[in-house]
Amino acid sequence: MATMNDFSLPIRLLLKSYRWRRIDPVPWAPLRRPLAESRFALVSSAGFILPGQERFKVNLAGGDGSFREIPSDTDVSLLTDAHRSESFDHEGMVRDPNLAFPIDRVRELAAAGRIGEVNHRHLSFMGSITAPGRLVRDHAPEAARLLRGDGVDVALLVPV
Amino acid sequence: MCNQTVSLIAAELERQGISTVILLLLHEVGEAVRPPRALWVPFPHGYPLGRPDDPPRQLAVLEAALRLLETAAGPPALEDYEPMV
Repeated sequence: MATMNDFSLPIRLLLKSYRWRRIDPVPWAPLRRPLAESRFALVSSAGFILPGQERFKVNLAGGDGSFREIPSDTDVSLLTDAHRSESFDHEGMVRDPNLAFPIDRVRELAAAGRIGEVNHRHLSFMGSITAPGRLVRDHAPEAARLLRGDGVDVALLVPV
Repeated sequence: MCNQTVSLIAAELERQGISTVILLLLHEVGEAVRPPRALWVPFPHGYPLGRPDDPPRQLAVLEAALRLLETAAGPPALEDYEPMV
């Protein structure tokens, strides 16, 4: 089980005085159609990139809120861990990227008919965003517009 | 911070009409930030779907997230994952 005590002392001190960004009001988009007929996309904050993609900016104050597009037919062995955080154990997701970006599992769910189509692309962010102003103002709306334009009905989001 | 990041992205997706569910590793962050739908999973940081190279367990977590999507009545919906032993 993950707890705040897992973090290093400097991070714990930061979190002690950190003001979390409260979502208020909480928006709600009801399921429009059964899952078996819904188009599905993944959004992960595990910081994965593909060969040739621009790396996340690890020294950007407050964090880098940009995202990379990951085609849904990607071979997960090609995903590279580019997450800057030293606050979690990277070993598991390096060994099996499905642990934090379950592309293969989502394909299996679609093949089994549990969900409808898999969108042709998923989105990869890098967490560690301590100042989420630009994420909220620019990057998240851009991501939402992109997925909405693809006709995505449902998204699963995975932190690390 | 990852928990807050995906919560904020989820909120924007919902504002634009996309239904979301997030996996949540830190319960207290979910309570403070209030993502629309969150399944709290009892796994370590870096292991949101449980274990590497364990497709059945990974699918079980995803199935619980899908069920939350189908059953949650209104926001915020924060549910605990209870693995079948």
